[in-house]
Amino acid sequence: MAQSVPAGQKWWSGGHSPFHVEYGKLMMWYFLMSDAFTFGAFLISYGTIRFASNSWPDPNKVFNTFPVIGEMRMPLAFVSLMTFILIMSSVTMVLAVGAGHNNDKKGVMKWMFFTILGGLAFLGCQAWEWTHLHGEGAWWGRNPFMNINGSQSSTNFTNFFFTITGFHGFHVFSGVIINIIMLIMTWRGVFERRGHYLMIEKAGLYWHFVDLVWVFVFTSFYLL
Amino acid sequence: MSNETTIHVPAEVVHELHVEEHGAHHKESFITKYVFSQDHKMICKQFLITGIIWAILGGLMSVLFRLQLGYPEASFPILEDIFGKWAKGGKFTPEAYYALVTMHGTVLVFFVLTGGLSGTFANFLIPLQIGARDMASPFLNMLSYWFFWLASVVILSSFFLETGPASGGWTVYPPLSALGQVNEGSKAGMDFWIIGMALFVVSSLLGGLNYISTILNMRTKGMSMTRVPLTIWAILFTAVLGVLSFPVLLSGLILLLFDRHAGTSFYLSDIFVASTQTALPNEGGSAILFQHLFWFLGHPEVYIIILPAMGLVSEVMAVNSRKPIFGYMAMVGSLFAIAILAFLVWAHHMFVTGLNPFLGSVFVLLTLLIAVPSAIKVFNWLTTLWRGNIRFTPAMLFAIGFVSMFISGGLTGIFLGNSTLDIHLHDTYFVVAHFHIVMGVSAFFGMFCGIYHWYPKMYGRYLNNTMAYIHFWITLAGAYLIFWPLHYEGLAGVPRRYLDYSNWHAFKNFLELNRFISTVAMIVFAVQLMFVFNFFYSIFKGRKVVTPNPWGANTLEWTAPIRPGHGNWPGEIPEVYRWAYDYGKDGRSFIPQTEPVSPQESKH
Repeated sequence: MAQSVPAGQKWWSGGHSPFHVEYGKLMMWYFLMSDAFTFGAFLISYGTIRFASNSWPDPNKVFNTFPVIGEMRMPLAFVSLMTFILIMSSVTMVLAVGAGHNNDKKGVMKWMFFTILGGLAFLGCQAWEWTHLHGEGAWWGRNPFMNINGSQSSTNFTNFFFTITGFHGFHVFSGVIINIIMLIMTWRGVFERRGHYLMIEKAGLYWHFVDLVWVFVFTSFYLL
Repeated sequence: MSNETTIHVPAEVVHELHVEEHGAHHKESFITKYVFSQDHKMICKQFLITGIIWAILGGLMSVLFRLQLGYPEASFPILEDIFGKWAKGGKFTPEAYYALVTMHGTVLVFFVLTGGLSGTFANFLIPLQIGARDMASPFLNMLSYWFFWLASVVILSSFFLETGPASGGWTVYPPLSALGQVNEGSKAGMDFWIIGMALFVVSSLLGGLNYISTILNMRTKGMSMTRVPLTIWAILFTAVLGVLSFPVLLSGLILLLFDRHAGTSFYLSDIFVASTQTALPNEGGSAILFQHLFWFLGHPEVYIIILPAMGLVSEVMAVNSRKPIFGYMAMVGSLFAIAILAFLVWAHHMFVTGLNPFLGSVFVLLTLLIAVPSAIKVFNWLTTLWRGNIRFTPAMLFAIGFVSMFISGGLTGIFLGNSTLDIHLHDTYFVVAHFHIVMGVSAFFGMFCGIYHWYPKMYGRYLNNTMAYIHFWITLAGAYLIFWPLHYEGLAGVPRRYLDYSNWHAFKNFLELNRFISTVAMIVFAVQLMFVFNFFYSIFKGRKVVTPNPWGANTLEWTAPIRPGHGNWPGEIPEVYRWAYDYGKDGRSFIPQTEPVSPQESKH
């Protein structure tokens, strides 16, 4: 669309969108800003409590298992795989949006399918990790892990872990649902008739946002 | 062809693409016209009437607890008839008193002055004043109202719980709000409160996203951002504040919900419950954390309440002074400054929590900085009035009343913004008096000003003027008579949220004064009921509007038919050639925005 803009256009004089985007995309951007504040509040709360604590469990010790080959004790290997899957699903989302720009229905469907698969795989990994931690005795209000300095840890390590990764997982879940709806709409030719795949772009914005949030969640809980 | 089909007439390329889906002709039934309406004007009325119902309930609560404060010894058997165990022997129990105070605050702050005020005027004025057929997304707009309605239902139903509604104050500070065993109101009532507020946040988010994208994207041709009326600027900043601050409250409430039900310790640490003689296992949490999260919303929230009122007042004041608003760009700039500062001052609510005094001094500085844009606005209103050809319509009186209230309440804000003075004034009636005047009464004056001014556009009829003037003068005098003495009590150290002061030698001599305040509060409340009567009576029996532009105003809504259909303008959307404030120019009383600038015209 950008190519159809006449030179010297007065962007803010009314009669058209100043950003040359339709309202839905604008709304999505503002929604993401709002949602960023939700996650921001969570992560800052986490930071506040953590820095007010004398010590904290060591993520390298807590997150060192892997399905099937469980006793390998590879710190952070599994979460790295999860992160890789989620980032790859962002890549396939980029390809879906790109295919949409070319009005390539088959391409959109293919890449949306892989994106959904990536999202489901991530959720599956998270489900495994939660089950595993639950099996070790961790849950909201229960923390079996010792602090890195050997002292008894408060339950806030697990409290924040489950709340924030759960809230993020809920976002991924919503994203997968949105992506499935987009896939069905693409398959039924809704966007083809409309002549554009803007909805895919908007779903893509959301998906990348969820991915970006994971980078911060990952950093705060697994790396720091 | 009905107006329906033209709602999504392309204002730009991309909108054109949606016409086939959204523009399909459909018949309007009762349900789609009055209940699940997607017409911004109907949604506005839904917000307004829901807000009015909430205002009556919220106001009634204040009358009930003022009864307790004015007559702590007396018993009113009728209260027991109505409230049963909550008013045993005709006297409210302490639990009932706290529940009343809590819900009075919650209802008026969120459901009346946020939902009711923003919901009404953002919905009504945005499309009509920027020249759009409807909101960017009429569907999300409808959802915004219905989430508000759901939130209302949840909050309202909490009154009928066995253990009563939330009662830990409208700020719901933990640990009190987190521990059901310490307080009746912290049992199911608190869960209802959290769920109700979560639904409210969703409603506010859906509304806010719509307001922002409509204002930015859907202005008619020629309607640049420097030509939009100040109402629109005010609503834009309000929406931005809401979109960025409510999610933080949501996060805080989610953590609170976990503390209540999942055994977490986000806000809890080292607690001993005296009533059951038990020590709780929670450790590592921080109750102060909740206060930070709450006030990161809570402070912008007061601007979410006052900014729309400022916008309405600016517009009404220019129209009825027959003068351009003084300092349009300064008005926009100060709205912007207030919106930014709104996010940087929250800790001034927390000076006595043990906040580092150095940090406190930073928040003092930022808080006092708000006086600058506020004063700019006040002086601009005064200079708009200066040598104006003032028409004292009811709307104009309320606009002037707003400025009076805002000055009175704003000055005491400078007292409270100082962390040292706050040590003495914190949690006294001085605070209560301050925020009731500057945020409560002022915002109500702005809202009344808007209702009286735009009622003819909403319903095609006028409100009764005689009742309006009685409403104004008694409310103005009453507001000062109620809240001025409260400052005095607060300076004398009378703490807020106490049921009965008769046990304190220092405070019990205020009983007569409290009785006086309670009496005035009841009179003012009765006058508000008269306004409500006027409102509903005039919908059906009010004097009919016969000219599309009864106030001689410049803005676009008055170029639409007297009772605009869905789509607002029957033909083309009008184009705009000038700002909204060409009043008293070149010997003409007003020049509508739709009139092209003629070459002979003088520059402004």
